[in-house]
Amino acid sequence: MSASLLILIPLLPLVGFLINGIGFPNIPKGAVGIIGTLAVVASFVLSVMTFNAFVAAGSQPFVLPLFDWITVGDLHIPFSFQIDQLSLLMLMIITGVGSLIHIYSIGYMHHDSGFGKFFAYLNLFLFFMLLLVLGSNYVIMFIGWEGVGLCSYLLIGFWNKNTNYNNAARKAFIMNRVGDLGFLLGIFTIIATFGSVEYTEVFSKAAAGFQVGDPVIITITLFLFVGAMGKSAQIPLYTWLPDAMAGPTPVSALIHAATMVTAGIYMVIRSNVLYSLAPSTLEIVGIIGGATALFAASIGLLQNDIKKVLAYSTVSQLGYMFMGLGAMAYSASMFHVITHAFFKALLFLGAGSVIHAMSDEQDIRSMGGLRKKLPVTFLTFLIATIAISGIPPFAGFFSKDEILAHVFEHNKILWVIGVLGSVMTSFYMFRLLFLTFFGTFRGTHEQEHHLHESPASMTVPLIILAILSAAGGFIGVPEALHGSHQLAQFMAPLYDLAKTANPAAFAHTSLSHSEEYMLMAISVAAALISAIAAYVMYVQKGAVPAADTEEKSGLQRVIYNKYYVDELYDSVFVKPVKVLSNFLYAAGEFAIDLIIDAVVKLVGLFAKLLRKTQTGSTGEYVFAMVIGIVVILFWKLLL
Amino acid sequence: MIPNPTMPEVNIPAVIQHIPLQSYLILATLLFVIGIIGVLTRRNAIIIFMSIELMLNAANLLLIAFSSYRSDPSAQVFVFFIMAVAAAEVAVGLAIIVMIYRNTRNTDVGFLNKLKW
Repeated sequence: MSASLLILIPLLPLVGFLINGIGFPNIPKGAVGIIGTLAVVASFVLSVMTFNAFVAAGSQPFVLPLFDWITVGDLHIPFSFQIDQLSLLMLMIITGVGSLIHIYSIGYMHHDSGFGKFFAYLNLFLFFMLLLVLGSNYVIMFIGWEGVGLCSYLLIGFWNKNTNYNNAARKAFIMNRVGDLGFLLGIFTIIATFGSVEYTEVFSKAAAGFQVGDPVIITITLFLFVGAMGKSAQIPLYTWLPDAMAGPTPVSALIHAATMVTAGIYMVIRSNVLYSLAPSTLEIVGIIGGATALFAASIGLLQNDIKKVLAYSTVSQLGYMFMGLGAMAYSASMFHVITHAFFKALLFLGAGSVIHAMSDEQDIRSMGGLRKKLPVTFLTFLIATIAISGIPPFAGFFSKDEILAHVFEHNKILWVIGVLGSVMTSFYMFRLLFLTFFGTFRGTHEQEHHLHESPASMTVPLIILAILSAAGGFIGVPEALHGSHQLAQFMAPLYDLAKTANPAAFAHTSLSHSEEYMLMAISVAAALISAIAAYVMYVQKGAVPAADTEEKSGLQRVIYNKYYVDELYDSVFVKPVKVLSNFLYAAGEFAIDLIIDAVVKLVGLFAKLLRKTQTGSTGEYVFAMVIGIVVILFWKLLL
Repeated sequence: MIPNPTMPEVNIPAVIQHIPLQSYLILATLLFVIGIIGVLTRRNAIIIFMSIELMLNAANLLLIAFSSYRSDPSAQVFVFFIMAVAAAEVAVGLAIIVMIYRNTRNTDVGFLNKLKW
């Protein structure tokens, strides 16, 4: 595996972006789709080749320096890529899921006039995301981090003729700025503390020179976690993600479910040495993750927009991942990132297929009975729903249960929260499934007439993702189920330094197999019971959520309105800033206008006076000249 | 020619014995003032040009007079310069005036107020 091929992995999407971006709108749609998709598929093939070469060579991580980038005093920041277990896993997810979503987009966006622009943005996003996971230091990670934020903004506001969509894009961008500030401060603190941003140097210095619970490390990890809060939509910076559903559905699947929002988790796993040295930060991470998991799941219970349900579900699942990180179950969290990428991308693409069939209708109250018309979409959606609910043997069960088992060891209260969240997850997902695909059709007559299964370019990715969602869990079968947990074994070398730095935290699991069985049984039973409850409510009784016009009771109203968090932020942050800026605007305008207007008026006045001299009459000019000469002569002679 | 013992043996024009320098100054001043009045009052571009020449020649006359009375020939070089420059200027100026005349059948500077634009 030569280095040049490795550079091609992020470079190909960049080239695709340049071709489609510069060529828009002159390149025909067919060529655009092929170029954009080929770039990503080729990246995927190269990633798989890299992965195989890496495993064949004995899983030795290496850093591939490309060039010296920034040198200031003692600080050297090279531009280099680091290839290890973590970046390879992320590469495979990003390019793999990315390829499928590109193929899907060819079908989904086919009638859109911004087709070429869309593919250019998607490719640019992948370039930045690949940079984020490949970089060998925090600064390159930051480039990717900001780049994906930019592309997220561009794609959420892709249909920029709609002001609401633009507002959603702005909201995502600005909320992420808050997190990015924390991330930047973290990087600066790292530079100040270690004099370097290279992962290898920082981690070896941290492991060698710092005690567990060192305040500097805690500061760094907290700052970095603030960055993760923004990007991975954790409380309090999560409200942008549900709004981000304004973008086209493939964007929601790729960016706001499978890749970008997991960047925060990637970053924490990447910095596992630092986090292992800061148990108090991990507590905070775990608590915030758990709170987010439960909070977002409860909002998901009453949402009626097919994409909003999935958005809150994403926030909730990200909360699970952070809960796992808080319990130092880094591999388990990564496992959940992988499986979640499969089934959540599938859910979003399935929802996209439904929306496509329903002629852009997103309200599940006007759907129903679609399973006969959209058989492929229904089956794949069902598989994804079972997977996300944590019912064995599909992917979600293994990863979620592993997280829950680690959390149980770590903190019983968080585990209870996790199981509660799991109950809710199962309920709202099955509610979504039943309302959409079962019962009778509740939409308009034209919609019913229009219903059709999506084209092959959309259903093939669905089928592939369904297979992955069904079988993806088998890369991490725990010992209790007579598996060897290949994923954990593969990722184990990542934590060697953390183990030397904080051996106590990595003590071997104390759970017996019977306890593990019990935990699994509890969470599976919970998921099944709520699935059955959803079945009884929405299929047997055929209940349909009330229309928006109906009055709701107290708690229901609070949850339906998402706990009024948006309104709270609006009144606490947005409005005061607006008032202040309006005041400053008015005051500044007044002061500046005063000065500028005065100058303008003065010039105007002189111009008015001097204009009279410009008569065009030669005689007058000559006369003026003579007068001038006389004046000068007198001046010289008499003074 | 009565030899004057007080004067040094230089080649001085005989005129100097009879006409004082002051007369030249007055003449040049008169010429210059006539030129100025001509420029300011006449409306025909060609007459204005002639008046300008008059002023230039008044200046030339002054230069020559001083050069003779002070026995300093360098001023005469200036005179030639002024003549050359004046000739060039007249060539350009007259060309412009001729073109204007061809286009407008008119050399009245009061009428030619297009300098505004």
